[in-house]
Amino acid sequence: MMSLLALRDISKIYGSVKALQNINLTVQRGEWLSIMGPSGSGKTTLMNIIGCMDKASGGTAILDGVDISTLNSQGLTAIRRDKIGLVFQQFHLIPYLTALENVMVAQYYHSMPDEQEAMAALERVGLKERAKHLPSQLSGGEQQRVCIARALINYPMLILADEPTGNLDEANESIVLGLFQQLHREGHTIITVTHDPEVAELTERCIILEHGRIADQRKSRPISGAGAGA
Amino acid sequence: MFWRMLVGALVRQRRRMLMVALTIALGTSLSTAMLNVMLDVGDKVNRELKAYGANITVIPKSASVLKDLYGIEAGPGAAGQYLAEADLGKIKTIFWAHNIVTFAPFLENKTVLGQGGREVTLVGTWFDHSLELPTGEVAETGVRPLKTWWQVEGGWVKDDDPRGAMVGSLLASSAGLRTGDDFEITPPGGAGKERLTIRGIVSSGGSEDEQIFVPLATAQKLAGLPGKVGRIEVSAITTPENDLARRAAQNPKSLSLKDWETWYCTAYVSAIAYQIEEAVAGSRAKPIRQVAESEGVILQKTQLLMLLITVLSLIGSALGISNLLIAGVMERSREIGLLKALGATDGAILWQNLAEAVAAGIAGGGAGYFSGLGFAQVIGRSVFGSAVAVNAMVIPLVAVLVILVILAGSLPAVRMLLSLRPAEVLHGR
Repeated sequence: MMSLLALRDISKIYGSVKALQNINLTVQRGEWLSIMGPSGSGKTTLMNIIGCMDKASGGTAILDGVDISTLNSQGLTAIRRDKIGLVFQQFHLIPYLTALENVMVAQYYHSMPDEQEAMAALERVGLKERAKHLPSQLSGGEQQRVCIARALINYPMLILADEPTGNLDEANESIVLGLFQQLHREGHTIITVTHDPEVAELTERCIILEHGRIADQRKSRPISGAGAGA
Repeated sequence: MFWRMLVGALVRQRRRMLMVALTIALGTSLSTAMLNVMLDVGDKVNRELKAYGANITVIPKSASVLKDLYGIEAGPGAAGQYLAEADLGKIKTIFWAHNIVTFAPFLENKTVLGQGGREVTLVGTWFDHSLELPTGEVAETGVRPLKTWWQVEGGWVKDDDPRGAMVGSLLASSAGLRTGDDFEITPPGGAGKERLTIRGIVSSGGSEDEQIFVPLATAQKLAGLPGKVGRIEVSAITTPENDLARRAAQNPKSLSLKDWETWYCTAYVSAIAYQIEEAVAGSRAKPIRQVAESEGVILQKTQLLMLLITVLSLIGSALGISNLLIAGVMERSREIGLLKALGATDGAILWQNLAEAVAAGIAGGGAGYFSGLGFAQVIGRSVFGSAVAVNAMVIPLVAVLVILVILAGSLPAVRMLLSLRPAEVLHGR
């Protein structure tokens, strides 16, 4: 079966800095992969390239059969909109919109806002009662759950989570990780960047980046049957 | 969703948007005031310039021919031809009748002052004459409204006062005449002496200071020319001359039909002169070029000044808006980056941000327009002593200018907005 993501010799150079060098990586559909590494190892750069927010300086990146390394800005925008759900460490919610409207924004730029569907997404992350609240009225964990609901609303093929628990306390971290586990069980393909070995432990596979190269790659636990076929 | 985001963004940035609206309002108010004054200033400046007197002289055609052919300054009536007093009312019936502010007829004759005294010019004219027109209207004519700079010691002569006269100040001084004095004149040929009473001494700073002014009827009687006038001075509100008017002044028949219609239906001094010639039989109407052209130059310069103020105020507004919008984009770069990351196209982001600027523009433009109308009235009252007419044409003009200012002011912010990369603003890369 064709993999969802295949990176071949991906490199990214900023001036004289080689942020990524010859990255080769394949992610199967339904797989939950974590990327670890020290600061400056190239984790976020790799996430940006996979998330179509940046272009590689060299190499080939195939996402769902599309060579995203050859796409222009508009093409990358379309891929982001149609195939990728983004979860950020800083949540990045629009401060003057309610939780519900923050979810609907993603629908608005994808197709058409559907309040019922957005409400269902919030219900799924346990925030139905907080739908009309502004981000400033929500806790960090709740904001991250709104962010997850927003990432899921357009049924993306790939969920990219950049340090999703980095700004959360233990209780909220547990809730958010529970949500990711549930999503994985449902067959979503997830790539998580994390510093936290406990988070990496929950994923099926973990790659370690050092100085822009994959230094190590290990299986955390067996690939689940449910996800493999999604 | 679009409106929700628009309203949310406007409310969140209300201070900045208020500043944008205020900047637009300032530019718009100044533009509205200047454009309204500029479109109305033609008549106002022209009326102010009417204080300098007539800008068209009408003389008999034969007198004009003598000058054109032989360069002889024969003067009106010298060729034995005069204009008919009965035709004077026709001047106020031409196509541009409403632009004729006033006019006065003149009949000049040489006469001898006193017993064997010096020869002086006796001028018959209307002083303050209400002329009933063929249309039934009444026009105020005569030297009193025409030559507003004249200084009169004593009083003006009434047009129905056959013995009344006004004497030029130099002549009065040299002949020892004072207001209330009687004096005698002898017309050429020595027959029909006439005794006149001085009602006033006139001082104009010109040749009039050595002349005697009497009612037109008196001069006609003394000269034996009933119903005749030698010359008419006309004061008309005109449009500044352009190439078309100059070509027409050379020879109206050389114009194409379309150009001729344009010229004829525009208040060029040459067109008004042409129409006076059509109305007054046997006449030649000549623009007094130095007056007509000076009026045009003053008007054009006044309008150019106002146009420059308008343009500068709009450039100032655009620069102000530009700074405010750039600051807005910088402040909201993460939000914009997020929307791009979620799949918003550059066009959608652009439209969203322009809509915010346009909303501020509508509010600022509306407020600026109405305050500009107020400014226009202040300018009108303080400079011209009268209200400035509100010109409906200014509304679309100002609307277009506001849109252009918003677009021009938004350009740097738009460039910045389009160059924002989500990876850079969301992840610091």
